[in-house]
Amino acid sequence: MKKENLKQYIYGIADNVLILGQRLSELCGHGPSLETDIACTNIALDLLGQTRSYYQYVAQLFDEDKTEDDIAFLRTERQYKNVLLVEQPNTHFGYVIVRQFFFDVFHLQLLQQLQNSTDETLSAIAKKAIKEVSYHKRFSSDWIKRLGDGTEESHQKVQEAVNDLWRFTDELFHMTEDDIATLESGVGIDVRVLKDKYYQQVKEILQEATLDIPETSWFQKGGKQGIHSEHMGYLLSDLQYMQRTYPDMKW
Amino acid sequence: MSEKEVKNLEEIFEQRIARDEKIEPKDWMPEKYRKTHIRQISQHAHSEIVGMLPEGNWITRAPSLRRKVALLAKVQDEAGHGLYLYSACETLGVSRDELYEQLHSGKAKYSSIFNYPTITWADIGAIGWLVDGAAIINQVPLCSTSYGPYARAMIRVCKEESFHQRQGFEIMMTLAKGTPEQKAMAQDALNRWWWPSLMMLGPTDAESVHTAQSMKWKLKRKTNDELRQQFIDQTVPQAELIGLTIPDEDLKWNEEKGGYDFGEIDWDEFWQVVKGHGPCNKERLSARVNAWEKGEWVRDAAMAYAKKQEDKKLREAI
Repeated sequence: MKKENLKQYIYGIADNVLILGQRLSELCGHGPSLETDIACTNIALDLLGQTRSYYQYVAQLFDEDKTEDDIAFLRTERQYKNVLLVEQPNTHFGYVIVRQFFFDVFHLQLLQQLQNSTDETLSAIAKKAIKEVSYHKRFSSDWIKRLGDGTEESHQKVQEAVNDLWRFTDELFHMTEDDIATLESGVGIDVRVLKDKYYQQVKEILQEATLDIPETSWFQKGGKQGIHSEHMGYLLSDLQYMQRTYPDMKW
Repeated sequence: MSEKEVKNLEEIFEQRIARDEKIEPKDWMPEKYRKTHIRQISQHAHSEIVGMLPEGNWITRAPSLRRKVALLAKVQDEAGHGLYLYSACETLGVSRDELYEQLHSGKAKYSSIFNYPTITWADIGAIGWLVDGAAIINQVPLCSTSYGPYARAMIRVCKEESFHQRQGFEIMMTLAKGTPEQKAMAQDALNRWWWPSLMMLGPTDAESVHTAQSMKWKLKRKTNDELRQQFIDQTVPQAELIGLTIPDEDLKWNEEKGGYDFGEIDWDEFWQVVKGHGPCNKERLSARVNAWEKGEWVRDAAMAYAKKQEDKKLREAI
């Protein structure tokens, strides 16, 4: 494993939580109820907290003069390695919940493996994050059930989101070159082995929510290689606005 | 109840307040006390949730991860304040939905300060420092107000607000110590937020219609003008400390009164904003209405699901 492999591997994990945290923070103050607003903000806070731990670690490992903010705000679009799923827009609350649910189920499995990493820092971050993400998964699963088995309208809306976002789930289990290199050295984990359990868990909850499992066999990919959807550029122009407009300043 | 009995109850009630006893939801209270409290507590709750909007405007664009997380947490605190203030208000026999209805129809007011736009990052610092600063001065006396649920809610609110105020001041201090561009951004924000912050302490005593009654019920301990003086005296040295200039040519220390003299407040502007003609009145209200209307199907689903679960439990029990 080269150092660059490890850096890219951490980006692959950390960029997911940064971008999803950014998406969730767009909602703050605009949710369907105060309670859901508070819960979504909580999740965003957890995810951004995790982001900071990962980026601080990368900064410390590789570039003494770089900070977590340089990593978060000053890369170009192709350098972000998050999956396509997390950058998808907040089309409506159904999309917010389904995106969260599809990610949470994966995220928890990933962290449960990552806590056994031979890299002590990654293992420690994972251990701390497991507690937070278990809550996220409970929150999103509960809402999948509420929306799926709530009213006719909510059923329809959440089914629409499930159908639309399903095509982004397969990418979660793709291995990049960096994933393979870090796996071989015991630092990284093999996401391929999580796949069966993932779909089993997702399907169980969807069925309980009286939702149909989509039958698509065509999936989207690219985020892990930094080839993102058109949504990503707009998300980054918000995210990076201050750092780009006022370079090299302390805030 | 005869008129005499009511009069008697009122007397006992006023005596309890004079003895600093707390009035609790199940206690007898004059109708006017109940109505005044519903008005004030709900206005306060509405201000918290409308106040989430101008600051929420900068969460996605915050300049660093640390600031982003702090701002998110702050706006979340405001949602929390809204939540327990609505709960305190509900103890007076009004539902949260009714209160929302009053906000959305324009019948209920919220703090006018949130009708000003946040156009630069420095505005986030200025809001924390000045707006939360003025809010604390308004709110600290409420921790010992006569209505129990309100007083208890305010104790928690005030603790968090003073944290927000320090955080806002720290943003301003960082900017003021930064590059010339950053310092200019901070000064510009102070210029725009200073006067509206002074207006937050309410109309001058001569114009204030509720003061006398509110003093009696300990909804107020000091008059608007006293509070305003306190705010100015506290804030001017803070601005000096970080090298920013208060945008008031008439501002001058008055040795005799032991406080600052200050220029005339543009009360026309204040009343225009109260009447709905501020720069963002329309945007704030429509953001709230929009969130509420767009969220209806979600709330309906949650209710329907809860009912189904309850019915299921009942069936299983039979």
